[in-house]
Amino acid sequence: MRERSSDIALAARGLSKQFGGLRAVADVSLDVRIGEIHAVIGPNGAGKSTLINLLSGDLVVSAGDISLDGAALTHLPPHHRARAGVGRSYQKTTIFADFTAHENVRLAAQAHAARPLRMIGSVHADAGVNRRTADALMLAGLHERAAVVARQLSHGEQRQLEIAMVLATAPRVILLDEPLAGMGQGEARCIVDLIKSLKAGRAVLIVEHDMDAVFELADRLTVMADGAVIASGAPDEVRMQPAVRSAYLGDDGAPA
Amino acid sequence: MGDADIRRWIVIGLVCLAAAIVLPFLVPAYYAQFAAKVYIMGMLAMALNLVVGHGGLVSLCHGAFFGLAGYALALATPRYDHAAIWWTLPLAVAAAGAVALVIGALALRTRGIYFIMVTLAFGEMLFFLFFDTQFAGGSDGIFINTKPEVAMFGRALVDLDKPLGFYFVVLGVLVAVIALLTVLIRSPFGHALAAARDNERRTRALGFPVFCIRLTAFVISGALAGLAGYFAAAQFGFVVPQMLGWHVSATVLVMVLIGGLRSITGPLVGAMVLLGLEEVLKATTEYWKLIEGIIIIVLVIVLPGGLRQLLPHIGGRMPEARPARKAPRAADAGHA
Repeated sequence: MRERSSDIALAARGLSKQFGGLRAVADVSLDVRIGEIHAVIGPNGAGKSTLINLLSGDLVVSAGDISLDGAALTHLPPHHRARAGVGRSYQKTTIFADFTAHENVRLAAQAHAARPLRMIGSVHADAGVNRRTADALMLAGLHERAAVVARQLSHGEQRQLEIAMVLATAPRVILLDEPLAGMGQGEARCIVDLIKSLKAGRAVLIVEHDMDAVFELADRLTVMADGAVIASGAPDEVRMQPAVRSAYLGDDGAPA
Repeated sequence: MGDADIRRWIVIGLVCLAAAIVLPFLVPAYYAQFAAKVYIMGMLAMALNLVVGHGGLVSLCHGAFFGLAGYALALATPRYDHAAIWWTLPLAVAAAGAVALVIGALALRTRGIYFIMVTLAFGEMLFFLFFDTQFAGGSDGIFINTKPEVAMFGRALVDLDKPLGFYFVVLGVLVAVIALLTVLIRSPFGHALAAARDNERRTRALGFPVFCIRLTAFVISGALAGLAGYFAAAQFGFVVPQMLGWHVSATVLVMVLIGGLRSITGPLVGAMVLLGLEEVLKATTEYWKLIEGIIIIVLVIVLPGGLRQLLPHIGGRMPEARPARKAPRAADAGHA
C-alpha cells in the first residue's frame, strides 16, 4: 500500500549521529504522516531519544536530511524548527516550574505570535495568544488547574502540561519522547486518550516503552536496535517479524 | 500580581517619589549629593539586575560599561567649557551599549560559571586598556572640570553645577529607568527572558531565539549601566580606570543580592542600604570594611531572597513563594 506523498509532513532520510566512536543513530529513514501516529520502539540505547533530538534540532545531525512539507530543516536551529511547525515534549518533564500552568502554556503560544518579543504592552494583550492558550489548556484537560504553579501539579498533570505547551505552539508535527514515563495506570489512561486526539490534522511521532499504549496508539511502527531501523510498517506486521521478536519483544514476552 | 497589589505598589512608589522630591529641601546639601549618588548606583544595580535576576546571567563586567560611559563624557568635555548633554549623553550610552553588544555576542556563547569568568576577563581587559595606556590619562584618570550643560537654544534649562539641579535631573532619569525596566520586564520580551532563565532548552524548543533575547537584554543592561556611569562621572568630576574594574562590578552585584533578584527596584534599595551602611560605619569605626562585610554576610544568610522578603511584614503583602537563585542553572547539555 502506497500513500500519497503529500500526506508526509516530516521526512527523515539517512539520518546518522556520531558521538565520538559511538554511532547512536545509523542511517535512519522514516516518514511521519498527517493524521497518523508513528511509534518508535526499541531497547534502551537503541537511539530513539537521539532520533527525536535530531528531528527537533536539539542535536545536529552527522549525516542525512530532514524536511517538513518538502522544505529542508536539516540545518535549522531548534527555535526555527519550532516556528516552522515542529513541536516536541521531553522525556524528563521540562516545564517552567515556578510559573503557573496558564503562564507555561501562554509562553508557548506567545512563541508563535506574530511579534513574540514585543517590548511594550502587557503579555495579556494579544487576543490570538489568549485564545490559543485557553484552547490548549482545554484540550489537554488542564483548564481547571490553570492557576496552579506548575511545580505543585501532580506528575500526571505535569505531563499533560507538557502536551498543552506543545499544542499551544500550533504544531504540524508533534514529537513525544516517552510521554507516559513514570505514570500510574489511571494517569496513563488519560494521557493515552489525549495523545489519540492529537493526530487529527497533525502528524505525531512517539517514542514509548509502554507496549500496551504503543499498540493501542500506533498507526505505524518502527523498531530500532543499536541505532538502526530493523523493521517498519503496520504494527501487526512488524510484531510478527522474527528479527523484532528476538531484538526486543521477545525479551519481555509477546505483548498482548 | 493582583489589582490590589498593583495599587499598593503605585501608592508606595508615589510616597517614595514625594519623599525624594522634598528631601533636598529638608537636609543639608551634602546629603542631597549623597542621595544622588545612591540613585546613580541604584540605576547601575537595576541595570545589572536585568541580566542577573531576570535573565539568570551573572555578569562581572558591568563596571566596565559604567566606566566607559564616564570616560566618554570625560573625553568629550572641552577643557574649559561645558559639554552639551544632548549629544554627550547619547554618545556615552551608545558607547556602553556597543561594547556590551560585542562582549555579549562572545560571552553569551558560554553558560554559568564560564559566563561569569568570560565577562570578568573582558571587564579587566577594558580596565587595563585605560590603566596602561596614556590616551585617556592612564592610571591617573581625567578630571572633568565642568559639568555637562542642559541647554536649549543657548539658554540653560537646568544648572547641573548646582547640587539641586543635578539632584533633580538624576531623580528624573532614575524614574525613567524604573519605568523602562518595568515596561520591559512585564512585556512579552521580559517573560521570554525569564523563561530562558528558568529553562533554556525548553524555551528554545518553544521557538524563542534565546541567544538574541539574551543579547538584547545584555545590550540594554549595558547601555543603562552607561547611563549611570555618565552621571557618576559628572557628579564626581573625574574618571579613573578603577571605575571600570571588577571591584565596581562586584559591589553592584552585592547591591543586587541585598535588594532581591526578582524585583525591579530591589537593587535600588540594595544600593541605598549598602552605601548608607558605608556612610554610617565610616564615621564610627576604623574597621568599617570588616563590620560591613559581616553585616552583608548576615543579611544574605538571613534574607536569601533579598530585603524584599521583609515587605510582607511592613506592607501586609503576600510573599511570592519563589526561592532566590544565586547562579543560573547550567543548561541541560545531555542527551538521552
